[in-house]
Amino acid sequence: MKFDLVLKELHRSEHDLGTLLMHASDRHTTDHEIHHTGRELATWCRRHLREIAEIGTEFDLDLDPEPSLDSGPLEALQQEISRRTGRRSAPALLLLTDLREIYVSAAGVSVDWEMLAQAAQGVKRHDLLAVTKRCHPDTLRQMTWANAMLKASSTQILVS
Amino acid sequence: MSTTDHTDHRISHPWGDRTPYGSGEEWPVRVDQHLSDGILEAQVDRWVQTASILHSNGDALDIAVKDERIVGVRGRAEDRVNHGRLGVKDLYGWQANSSPDRLSRPLIRVDGELVETDWDTAMERVVGRTNELLDEQGPSALGFYTTGQLFAEEYYTLGLIAHGGLGTNHVDGNTRLCTATAAAALKESFGCDGQPGSYTDIDHADVIALYGHNMAETQSVLWMRILDRLAGPNPPQLICVDPRPTEVARHAAVHLAPRPGTNVALMNALLHELIVHDQVDHDYLAAHAVGFTELAERVEPYTPEFAADICDVPAEQIREAARLLGGAQRLLSTVLQGFYQSHQATAAAVQVNNVHIVRGMLGRPGCGILQMNGQPTAQNTRECGGDGDLPGFRNWSNDAHVEDLARVWNIDPMQIPHYAPPTHTMQMMRFAEEGSIRLLWVSGTNPAVSLPELHRIRSILSQERLFLVVQDIFLSETAQLADVVLPAATWGEKTGTFTNVDRTVHLSEKAVEPPGEARADLEIFLDYARRLDLRDKDGDPLVKWTDAEGAFEGWKECSRGRPCDYSGLSYDTLRGGSGIQWPCTEDAPEGTERIYVDGAFWSDPEYCESYGRDLVTGAPLEPSEYKALNPEGKAVLKAAEYLPAHEVPTADYPLHVITGRTLYHFHTRTKTGRAPSCSEPPPRCGSSSPPRTPRPPGSPTAISLGCAPRAAGCRRRRASPASAPAWCSSRSTTATGMVRAASNRPTRRARAQPPTS
Repeated sequence: MKFDLVLKELHRSEHDLGTLLMHASDRHTTDHEIHHTGRELATWCRRHLREIAEIGTEFDLDLDPEPSLDSGPLEALQQEISRRTGRRSAPALLLLTDLREIYVSAAGVSVDWEMLAQAAQGVKRHDLLAVTKRCHPDTLRQMTWANAMLKASSTQILVS
Repeated sequence: MSTTDHTDHRISHPWGDRTPYGSGEEWPVRVDQHLSDGILEAQVDRWVQTASILHSNGDALDIAVKDERIVGVRGRAEDRVNHGRLGVKDLYGWQANSSPDRLSRPLIRVDGELVETDWDTAMERVVGRTNELLDEQGPSALGFYTTGQLFAEEYYTLGLIAHGGLGTNHVDGNTRLCTATAAAALKESFGCDGQPGSYTDIDHADVIALYGHNMAETQSVLWMRILDRLAGPNPPQLICVDPRPTEVARHAAVHLAPRPGTNVALMNALLHELIVHDQVDHDYLAAHAVGFTELAERVEPYTPEFAADICDVPAEQIREAARLLGGAQRLLSTVLQGFYQSHQATAAAVQVNNVHIVRGMLGRPGCGILQMNGQPTAQNTRECGGDGDLPGFRNWSNDAHVEDLARVWNIDPMQIPHYAPPTHTMQMMRFAEEGSIRLLWVSGTNPAVSLPELHRIRSILSQERLFLVVQDIFLSETAQLADVVLPAATWGEKTGTFTNVDRTVHLSEKAVEPPGEARADLEIFLDYARRLDLRDKDGDPLVKWTDAEGAFEGWKECSRGRPCDYSGLSYDTLRGGSGIQWPCTEDAPEGTERIYVDGAFWSDPEYCESYGRDLVTGAPLEPSEYKALNPEGKAVLKAAEYLPAHEVPTADYPLHVITGRTLYHFHTRTKTGRAPSCSEPPPRCGSSSPPRTPRPPGSPTAISLGCAPRAAGCRRRRASPASAPAWCSSRSTTATGMVRAASNRPTRRARAQPPTS
């Protein structure tokens, strides 16, 4: 059984997604919907990471339940830059690439949850299945959000 | 029936004398009137029919005209909304019309200064820049930001020009900052905007719940109706949800004062209690709703004790309120800014809808929901396409609806932008900040005072590269930043219709001439369309009318068959008598008092205005998702978890600030500040704290606070009375943007000052 591999990969991909969300939030402080919602959605990743770490102990894994999602000392700087460059159109393009990255990353996480759920069903692990049922729908909403924000922003950014 | 001239009396006695009545009875008539000093009724040359423009209640009134000037007003006894009564702003607000500083000539910017000019020069400047931008960038360079105070005909014409003629997606109203939540919440629960309530529900209700709605000050005539029920036999019991000790709270059987930003937790606890005690109409749910299982699961953890911790409301009070809701036979709920301009606004307002769906209390006398509007014509902004929604509650993500609109307008469907949700105000400001919206046309609103993050908004509006057109009646703070200022006529100086929150349509006729060269907003939009030479696909003029009545006829056709159906109305049927509630069709020529009778909703996937959104992320649902969720067009019970506010009090910023509207003023006081009678009442600014809030050490009992929002970039700003936001330093508080920013943000106590009242 390779549950440990899937859980390790999931822990890594959730961590990546959470970091990307926090990053986008810091980079786009003048876009309130990105700034606030990005932070909100990153808390979902935090919740998932805790769940993954907890269930991971069942498979002899020692995963960090609360890894940092912040960009550290750069965070404040990032926010300041974001405020100051609000007038330029380049950050708008950056927004599209950030959202694209989030979407792709969330799709990866979603597939990881899918695989874990399949495996859990195969060996009838109810506890593992319950974790996927709690977490996977959040991932799908994170994906939908990134996609919706792309749809809402891309026309203006690309045609102007 | 009695006619009373209340003059000064009504400033100190704003709700007037009581005319008590009992459950199921007709609300007695009481005609309120005010004429200028020295004018007698017999001297009035003529009375001209209209309705109130300084709040959202839709009080019908007649304007008294003498020597071609407005000299007073009188409530219309025959109208279903107010039965003759008028509020304080109705009685005196018109005084601002004749203010000496009204704009009377167009202005253009020359060498940095605004100078007077003629209409041709001003309009050619606007049209010239529009054409340049269309050539350089296309319609994405153009944005239109309007108000909740024009007339239906004007919004519809503006929407046609912007969406159909120019093809821009950037059209919104300041209703976005005001009561857009009302529309959003109705769309979530019922798939469509439109109020499932009627003012007459007050006549029948045995329990009335007011959620974040200080009706006594915001809709004072509606409050008179409740006061008269309270003074009569078998009065209703009131539930008040408001952190402040308001006039409504004073009359309430139960007053819940939640910590700001925790409405969803409170609502979930109320729903939890209804479900636990099985005060649920299971037959209604089975026949008319989807989503009950998810709702029950979601609210399961929200025991009164759990919510009490979050909301700082005693659990027993939550139980008491739930007992009232659960025992009600005829429940009326109203919702306003305490919910709309707070954290998780739509989610909280939706839970009020859920209470009614769960209890099966819709579409019967006394059983209604009023997701209130804040502005007099906000409903029309939403109906007619002035806020970005497509006209007639058409669904932008339903291709058949876009094609149908293109048929009405006789244009190619691709001309109507529907690639994404309509651009909302803050996004438009963001695009202007980035430089991709390069012409912004602001009509009848004052974003330089009313939007959040004012320092930022003012710098956006001041940019050289942004061509700013402002159409207003005064040289507002925004107009002072404009490249072109267009002087507009206002209420009483132009003709049109508007609709209040209970779907009552009123005709507002021209009583007097506007000052100088000022023109009706409709005339200005029509002139713009003519000069741009906008055409339909047959090469005929796109805008096919030249006056208000023609525009109304056009709008009627556009609304035909849609929920907000005006097809049975005309200026003639609206003239004299009472206002009429839509839908009004050939089959229902008297209008429709109650919608959603027997669970007949407008939420069918092919008919609905919206497929809804994720209540946390805001992402729109795909058509296929909605069809799977609600194939048969039922009401949707949408559950939401409570999430803590984005910013909560800290040691540096220990206080919550929330705001409200006062009786005497409206918005940024552009009008009421110029109405002497409204400006004379004693100042009531200052803070009022809920009883349990610990006061900062050393502060007096009543304190006035200088406040600085904890927004980005403001952290080090020294707050002083001079730099305090307008809502704090003036008597007026506004329900729009800036307050919203402030209202959600805890602020730092700068220094305590002596009480102001």
